[in-house]
Amino acid sequence: MGALLDSLLAGFDTLPLRDAAGLGEWRSAAYQAAREDGLPAARNERWKHTSLRALERRPFAPSVALPAWNPAAIALPPAPRMVFVNGVFDAHHSDLRGLPEGVTLQTLSQVLAADDAEVATALTGGGSPPEGIFGRLNAAFATEGMRLQVAAGTRVATPLHLLSLGAPAPDSAWHLRHSIEVLDGASLGLVEHQAAVGAQAHLSNGVMQIGLGRGAQLRHARVQQESESATVIARSQIRLAQGAGYRRIDLELGAALSRHELQVALVGEGASLYANGVLLATRRRHLDTRIEIEHAARDTSSELGWRGLGADRGRAVFHGGITIQAGADGSAAMLSNKNLLLSEGAEVDTQPVLEIHADEVKAAHGATVGQLDANALFYLRSRGLPIEQARALLTAAFCREVLSDMDDASLAVVLAGKLDLALQDLVA
Amino acid sequence: MLKIDNLHVRVAGKDILKGLSLEVKAGEVHAIMGPNGAGKSTLGNVLAGREGYDVVSGSVSYDGRDLLALEPEVRAAEGVFLAFQYPVEIPGVNNTYFLRAAANAQRKHRGEPELDSMQFLKLVRQKLSVLHLKDELLHRAVNEGFSGGEKKRNEIFQLAVLEPRLAILDETDSGLDIDALKAVADGVNALRSPARAFLVVTHYQRLLDYIKPDVVHVLAEGRIVESGGPELALELEAHGYAWIRERIAPAAKA
Repeated sequence: MGALLDSLLAGFDTLPLRDAAGLGEWRSAAYQAAREDGLPAARNERWKHTSLRALERRPFAPSVALPAWNPAAIALPPAPRMVFVNGVFDAHHSDLRGLPEGVTLQTLSQVLAADDAEVATALTGGGSPPEGIFGRLNAAFATEGMRLQVAAGTRVATPLHLLSLGAPAPDSAWHLRHSIEVLDGASLGLVEHQAAVGAQAHLSNGVMQIGLGRGAQLRHARVQQESESATVIARSQIRLAQGAGYRRIDLELGAALSRHELQVALVGEGASLYANGVLLATRRRHLDTRIEIEHAARDTSSELGWRGLGADRGRAVFHGGITIQAGADGSAAMLSNKNLLLSEGAEVDTQPVLEIHADEVKAAHGATVGQLDANALFYLRSRGLPIEQARALLTAAFCREVLSDMDDASLAVVLAGKLDLALQDLVA
Repeated sequence: MLKIDNLHVRVAGKDILKGLSLEVKAGEVHAIMGPNGAGKSTLGNVLAGREGYDVVSGSVSYDGRDLLALEPEVRAAEGVFLAFQYPVEIPGVNNTYFLRAAANAQRKHRGEPELDSMQFLKLVRQKLSVLHLKDELLHRAVNEGFSGGEKKRNEIFQLAVLEPRLAILDETDSGLDIDALKAVADGVNALRSPARAFLVVTHYQRLLDYIKPDVVHVLAEGRIVESGGPELALELEAHGYAWIRERIAPAAKA
């Protein structure tokens, strides 16, 4: 084992709350599997375009205490918000006012301390340990995160903000595990921010588990704007029951290395997913998004539009996999991945995969990699825009397309601002 | 203002303009008519600076400067405007934002103060009322989902806001119904001034019923083969381009 796993696997025996809420066995199984299987092999198909060789040699220290950090260095999202800093809950900067009745919000450590096995099983999914080294590490070590439940029929009007912040602490690593249940007929808006104060080279290994009940609605935005040297590993797992609707937008704007696995299971009849995202691989960033959608019931629908940008020496990796299971007749799946390659040193890898085992389905996918449209560029220049400004305008417009049909207009403005700020990396 | 002398231009290895000469003075409206493939659009694109147009020989001087040596954006800032035959759709770029950025880039180049959003909005409203346009097009992305007529009107609107000194209209009439054609012509007429010259490139005479040119040129086989007053356009309309071909045939043989 390399320095990475040596350091991350240390301290399992003395992990606080390790056996709480009846999770000891589950954690141990995950820990053992992580030890035995280690990092993915170089030929592993799931990691084909993202090498962990450099990361493998780097040791990280577990983050155990709330570091001192300067809140003036960042614009805190509005309330209600929950803030975690280096994987530790920051009660002082969290603000949970404005949550209506019917919303239960706790931290994972509170749930574990209460030793409530029923809640804990819901949190972990129970059963066998998860697949993949980072999922296993998270299962073994995560003792903090957000636990949110929205009672049946509750409509939460104001979106909840979840901020996961990296703050100064040399080479630390943490594993947050969030869990959200939106019960039957309830609705929620959630904005996940992953950001940093300062230029830390930390490792964040998070898991987000979401369950949507019958007819439940979730609008979810995730913004990754981590520090230039950070490594971000994230897995989002969402299950949709009958008639549930899930809208999602992902902005990958920061970090040195970011790997996001987005897994959505449409298990109930008529469940629908609508998701957009952008990978802004500027500078030397390596941004890898792997999407796995499973249509497991009749009349389910998914529509995905991801855009990638490769500039400087950046690399955007996109895998969009959609599986339509036998019996999921009447389902519709659409996947589009458009990429803009702006420099010779940049790279874009895209792989749309459709697997269909049902009849009577509508499915389409497409991926393109191109450059700025010469006609449009000339049009802008012919009106007086200098070539650099014309390029920047077209590039921003290409990325901003993913925000064009958001129904929360004020959030769209906030996200556009973050996108524009990140796009300034292009000019620099 | 504009002097084109014996211009030869090649596109994708093919000679398109073969010795075109033309002179336009401030305040004048010149119509360029000609059959398909004569080189009409090439002329507009070369003047605006589009890539892929290879100037083999000849010269274009604009206010005494070598126009062909300038980047497209510099030409624009110096007052050259091309109304595109096929205006480009640019999703994600708001029309007003784009126009203000363009106007301010031009002003910056000329050493003039830039307009803030209030000042710009005032200018835009004033131009809209002159052109009888609805302000709805301000809020949309540049040409995105516009009908053919809306795109051409948007070109004229840009022309009005950017106030060029040399406006080249490249088949602005193509694909327009009679109402849209009149609206575009009214816009152009409202913008005529002693300081501004127009080069109106068209296939059909009908646009010239509404925009009265001072001079009409016939462009055929890459050069101006005949120039005259507005009556030349009427003759062309009556006899067709075959008539011109017969008239130039002897010269072509010689």
